[in-house]
Amino acid sequence: MSKFKKKKGGELPAISTASLPDIVFMLLFFFMVATVMRDSTLMVKNQLPAADQIQKLDKKDRVMYIYAGEPSSRYTDKYGTQARIQLNDKFATVSEVGAFVLSERASKRQELQNVLTTSLKVDGDTKMGLITDIKQELRKVNALKLNYTTRVGDYSQNID
Amino acid sequence: MEDVLDPPIIKERNIFSVVVNKFNQLLVEEKPLELAQLREEAVKFLDNGGGKGEEACSYCLGKRNSDSSDNPEKAVISLKNDRETDYKVYIAVQNELVAAYNDLRDREFTRLFPNESMSFVEANKKYSDPRTSPDEKSRLNPKLGEIKLMYPQKLSEAEPSKTN
Repeated sequence: MSKFKKKKGGELPAISTASLPDIVFMLLFFFMVATVMRDSTLMVKNQLPAADQIQKLDKKDRVMYIYAGEPSSRYTDKYGTQARIQLNDKFATVSEVGAFVLSERASKRQELQNVLTTSLKVDGDTKMGLITDIKQELRKVNALKLNYTTRVGDYSQNID
Repeated sequence: MEDVLDPPIIKERNIFSVVVNKFNQLLVEEKPLELAQLREEAVKFLDNGGGKGEEACSYCLGKRNSDSSDNPEKAVISLKNDRETDYKVYIAVQNELVAAYNDLRDREFTRLFPNESMSFVEANKKYSDPRTSPDEKSRLNPKLGEIKLMYPQKLSEAEPSKTN
């Protein structure tokens, strides 16, 4: 009778899925761009000491990293709280440092093998004994270029 | 490398000894010292210039004390840790000692090359920056080298003492 029929209530029109691929690709590209590959997961506490007389290491491909510090809370029940060395993704003893350096050196390009720098990323609360042991091992394999990684800050932050 | 060389004889007055014990306390030249004063003391030692004749240091501004270093060329800083010393304290000590060298190098750099209008540290940073042009680098290199020769960084680290 009336010219305008009443719409049937309740039924929603189906959502258009035409833009779904757009959204998926947008997310995919976002994560592709934003993701950074982390080369090794830290298994030790790594509160770096502060220093201000510092220089930047610009050539990342000639650096190998040695981590040391107390095992982080996930690992303390297994490894205790004594400071440990971490090489790549596992805990290591001091005697394994030499072999690690040699294998890292062998994996680099020939022309870089003599200019490698060893970077120590060591937790501030570690005792010097461990670091001295590492340095002795490094000396044995003739890895004499050493770098101490710190964060930027005043030295007084290191004294409690 | 293989032959064992006799260690060079260094006169006592040319050695600035820094010892850190297991309680992270400093002993500098046989006297206890706060970390805050270390930089100043190290500068005094390096810049002393007490040498005579050939060993005299023309650019040193120190007190020319005959019990301290002859010239920066001969001055050696000796650092000794305990195995129980904290790493962060070691870094702080290293930082202050390097800072002492940098302070002196900055001073001489601005004195000799006032036209550069930057300090030694800034010039060095510019030199190691990969974005700096090769021309600029080859221009800076001899200047940096000259300053480094005036205050060569001679930091010696002794084997740490065992804690009893």
